[in-house]
Amino acid sequence: MTTAGTATPETARTLGMVQAINEALDVALSTDPAVFALGEDIQEPGGGGFGVHKGLGVKHGAHRVRMTPISEQAIMGAAIGAAISGLRPVAEIMLMNFVHVCMDQLVNHAAKLRYMSGGRTPVPLTVRTATGAGGGFGAQHSDMLEAQLVHAAGLKVVVPSNPADAKGLLLSSIFDDDPCVFVEVTGLYFAARGPVPEGDYRVPLGQANIARAGDDVTVITYGRQVADCLAVAEQLAGEGVGVEVIDLRTLQPLDTATLLGSVARTRRAVIVHEAVRRNGFGAELSATIHAELFGQLAAPVVRVTAPDTPVPYARSLEEAYIPSRSRIAAAIRSTL
Amino acid sequence: MSISAPPDSADAVDFSASPGIDVQLGLFRTATRIARFDEKYRSLMTSGAIGGMYYSPRGQEFAAASVAAHLRRDDYVVTTYRGLHDQIAKGVPLRELWAEYLGKAAGTCAGKGGPMHVTAPEYGLMVTTGVVGSGLPIANGLGLSAQLRGTDQVTVVNFGDGASNIGAFHESLNLASIWRLPVIFVCQNNQYAEYTPLREGTSVDRIAKRAAAYSVPGVTVDGNNPIELYNAAGAAVERARSGGGPTLLEAMTFRFCGHIMGDQQVYMPAEELRAAIAADPLVRFRAQLAVHVGEDELAAVERAAADEVADAWEFARTAELPAVSELTTDVYADTAQDGVTA
Ligand SMILES: Cc1ncc(C[n+]2csc(CCOP(=O)(O)OP(=O)(O)O)c2C)c(N)n1
Ligand SMILES: [Mg+2]
Repeated sequence: MTTAGTATPETARTLGMVQAINEALDVALSTDPAVFALGEDIQEPGGGGFGVHKGLGVKHGAHRVRMTPISEQAIMGAAIGAAISGLRPVAEIMLMNFVHVCMDQLVNHAAKLRYMSGGRTPVPLTVRTATGAGGGFGAQHSDMLEAQLVHAAGLKVVVPSNPADAKGLLLSSIFDDDPCVFVEVTGLYFAARGPVPEGDYRVPLGQANIARAGDDVTVITYGRQVADCLAVAEQLAGEGVGVEVIDLRTLQPLDTATLLGSVARTRRAVIVHEAVRRNGFGAELSATIHAELFGQLAAPVVRVTAPDTPVPYARSLEEAYIPSRSRIAAAIRSTL
Repeated sequence: MSISAPPDSADAVDFSASPGIDVQLGLFRTATRIARFDEKYRSLMTSGAIGGMYYSPRGQEFAAASVAAHLRRDDYVVTTYRGLHDQIAKGVPLRELWAEYLGKAAGTCAGKGGPMHVTAPEYGLMVTTGVVGSGLPIANGLGLSAQLRGTDQVTVVNFGDGASNIGAFHESLNLASIWRLPVIFVCQNNQYAEYTPLREGTSVDRIAKRAAAYSVPGVTVDGNNPIELYNAAGAAVERARSGGGPTLLEAMTFRFCGHIMGDQQVYMPAEELRAAIAADPLVRFRAQLAVHVGEDELAAVERAAADEVADAWEFARTAELPAVSELTTDVYADTAQDGVTA
């Protein structure tokens, strides 16, 4: 196993997000016979709605890369049952909005079985699910629901922003002893490419990544917005503004040390996420920053989010829904 | 042609009696309008003129047309992302429908819903859902509403074979049964759920068999035979309208264009698809009708459909996108006080 930072250029190839996730699954299936994957349509030849399991059914067998009927409750329940009895299932819920169909299994059971049993039945389960606006999928296929899941004590929530993190965080999730929800942003599936270390490469859960260093403002984000924030930071650097971009990578556990350390230094924080504002994860971050750094801040914490609406279908509205680079730049400027 | 509970198949019932030629021509007209819309839509996608995703109902036209032919405008329909045929068959005007598919302000839902969420209550199209199986419980609510309000409206909920593996399907049939709801559960069994053939994901070879577990009549018919399905649907609608309760009506059919636009259908034996397309129900029915109706009349129906579709496309193409100010409206009844932040 290699960990973040130890990957040498020779061992990294340029991969897309789908390949990186596929590789993580392949490594996990090869490493540990307790690992198996289940989900709708994940069998060959397609390997799932987005092709994430392509080739794995052939290599590891249909008993370990199991297709299921369209039965989210049954998928989640089966994964939980297997997880509390010695296995490490990796369940795919094709799109995050369908997690609602099995919310009872996930929130009332996966999240709580360790606690309710006084620690007797841990749930080493990983749920992979895809989502994100911008694809013209409409209101029921695009929501970022991560805050709802962080709200369920017992769940861990991971949102990678690039292929290397996707691989490393997925492997850490699979071998973590708690239920992890791994959120894959569909807009990154075929857009994000980057160097990905070979083999059993892991990125620890709960370690934010300082994606860009800067001294004037801290921008805290995750998922698809990381690339947008980096682009804005680059643009503002030209104006002499140093923007530090923190990619949280995992929302729970949350790397408060890194983000508070940064904001203590810059005294300004802008939070960017695609999910709706009200009770979004940004509210938690903002409250944490205010509670810990009140008096040291040079400006109130600013949030850049989607509006409190469902995801609209019309192109004109969907564009306005997603936090734009100009909104991010304006928010950063407003703190200066 | 009465159906008593709980048979598990229509094999014993003869649904072959021919309705009048006007009815048959009506079925042909509806199916033709659907097919022309679908073909034009796909060709525009292929040429890059329009984008997005599209779940073609090509091949399943009669599963919609033959059922909807029994519905009044005030009857209710619930459908899915693969809903174009159901939407057209229920009477939604093609202009507003196409505009919604393109997310234009003139669409049935002001462009906010899109193809997976078309709603047109004035035509009885109450919900189009993108979540598999989620329409069935809501159909029960529509049926219950009619029952409580004392009207004789019926509700048709369309869904696929794959949807019958969702828990909501089972809960809904049970509830409809004990409450004797005026709901017709129409399973459009196109034999695939995304990339998975029926037999690999489903414990029964015929979805209608599942009805028996809930003391609901289950009927399987050839959904590509417009007459057979028309007769079976007539019986189910009549039963619901007269207080006899729900029916699970399974229309065996096939989708010609795969799950979603661009699907290469590598998971399907090429011969299976070829045979299905060779038996195109629209082509067959046309030939059947041509024996009784002049070629001129059929050609006129086709021309009218093509013209209507061309007009709808032109209307939608030139319509405006919604103004950005629309983003935060319609979330709550009172936009001023709803706390929506933009
Ligand atoms: C709850 C839920 N799970 C998964 C999906 C993804 N999905 C969309 S269509 C589909 C297949 C549905 O098959 P079927 O019910 O047979 O309908 P068909 O597409 O064949 O008309 C799946 C799995 C979804 N939309 N909703
Ligand atoms: Mg199907």
